Amino acid sequence: MKRLSLTLAAAVALAAGLVVAQERRVELKDAPGRAQVETHCALCHSLDYVLINSPFLDRNGWDGTVTKMIKVFGAPINADDAKVIVDYLATNYGKP
Amino acid sequence: MPSRREFMRAGGGLLLAGGAWAVPHARAELPGPAGFSALPAGAVSAADLESLPGKVPLIKRTWRPPNYETPMAYFDQEFTPNRAFFVRYHLAGIPQIAADQWKLRIGGDTATTPFELNLEQLKHDYPVVELAAVNQCSGNRRGLFDPHVAGVEWGAGAMGNARWQGARLRDVLAKAGLTKDTLEISFDGADGPIIPSTPDFQKSIPVWKALDENTLIAYLMNGEPLPHWNGFPARIVVPGWAGVYWMKHVTSINALSKPFDNFWVKTAYRIPTNRFPIVEHFVSQMTEANEPITEILVNSIITNVTPGQAVAVGSAFEVRGLAWDSGRGIEGVEVSTDGGRSWRSAALGTDYGRFAFRSFSQAFTPVERGPMLVMARATSRAGATQPMVLIPNPAGYHHNVVQRLAINAV
Repeated sequence: MKRLSLTLAAAVALAAGLVVAQERRVELKDAPGRAQVETHCALCHSLDYVLINSPFLDRNGWDGTVTKMIKVFGAPINADDAKVIVDYLATNYGKP
Repeated sequence: MPSRREFMRAGGGLLLAGGAWAVPHARAELPGPAGFSALPAGAVSAADLESLPGKVPLIKRTWRPPNYETPMAYFDQEFTPNRAFFVRYHLAGIPQIAADQWKLRIGGDTATTPFELNLEQLKHDYPVVELAAVNQCSGNRRGLFDPHVAGVEWGAGAMGNARWQGARLRDVLAKAGLTKDTLEISFDGADGPIIPSTPDFQKSIPVWKALDENTLIAYLMNGEPLPHWNGFPARIVVPGWAGVYWMKHVTSINALSKPFDNFWVKTAYRIPTNRFPIVEHFVSQMTEANEPITEILVNSIITNVTPGQAVAVGSAFEVRGLAWDSGRGIEGVEVSTDGGRSWRSAALGTDYGRFAFRSFSQAFTPVERGPMLVMARATSRAGATQPMVLIPNPAGYHHNVVQRLAINAV
């Protein structure tokens, strides 16, 4: 029964042109720093977090976010990489 | 801990069942709910309708940790179906829990008789209580803040109303023999971080709130076991308070004599002290600058009006929606079709209890052609009402601004 209903849900999703939830590759903008973002940020969360928080954070906003990830959430990112990541996010996903 | 694997595996099973992966994915832009400021452009483009295992397609905000909101269509009824109920996680380590393996530990420094219980004991050793209550994420509607603030950019669907059945938390705590100096009760769930340096998600509530007769350890939701994504096999239910306190997959409860020291209590989920019209404060965690979010605010949503909709002059049309608050109950909902110049009291639907969604409806007959601006404003039995202007706060909580829907009489 349960199995059937799950299959049904998937069939309905398919019929509606929808998909089963599974993390897909987020094509971040190709620019210097993308590799560092993909390596470090995607360790703990999907990269759609970058997209949804754009484009309204300025450099300070992105800097604050990255600092919070390191200082509060314990992300193992060294200072050089952190700078590259903030630059990338501010340049490509920052407030225009 | 590698619940990432669990998550992927859960997804994978369904993929095989449905074969969905072979189908190319057409991305649809999903705008936010009508009648509010716009979502960030990136949030619109990143959203998709997707099914987690056991769920109907929900609006995907983020994959990992999973954050999915309920599409507006499901709010055309007072109770939100389990399969459509929103999903919110802070950390991506989410184990699948087998009911017969689950154990709940009750302890803490003020528990004189700590003990452990399993699901059967929780179900059978304590009086069974059922109540209807809205579970709303603190950040529901965060994406509609203007200016935007960082976080999960929710539209209006990070909420739902369900019948929660379980044991009273106070009945379970009574068996642990709490001493008089108990200050707070803390909760931990089975979900956790991906790396050990990330603070585990735990929360506490004041002991008086824990001992409230409406605070539950729930194991049924709308008459069924909780969906995995909503906290199977048991979660804390704190009616009237923000969803952040409703610990999912709860595995330990501790009675504490000191304020709980955890990032998620001390730093996160804070609002500026005394900025909002709330009655229940979490006094032992307040500072001069900020205090924990506690009660949800009086709010409403119009569920049947589409922006730009044409309505016929001389014909009645009905404005329908839902209203809710922290549990004082809904005194009334006023509806305006002239942008707030005049208001009429809507009829309220069935009262499912003071913590539940309350439906409302009000018919209007346009007398002349032209634009109309439809709004609804709920008022609680405590006299609190929805503001016309957003009350700003850095984390983007408590969005209860009156909705504005422009339609045309033709």
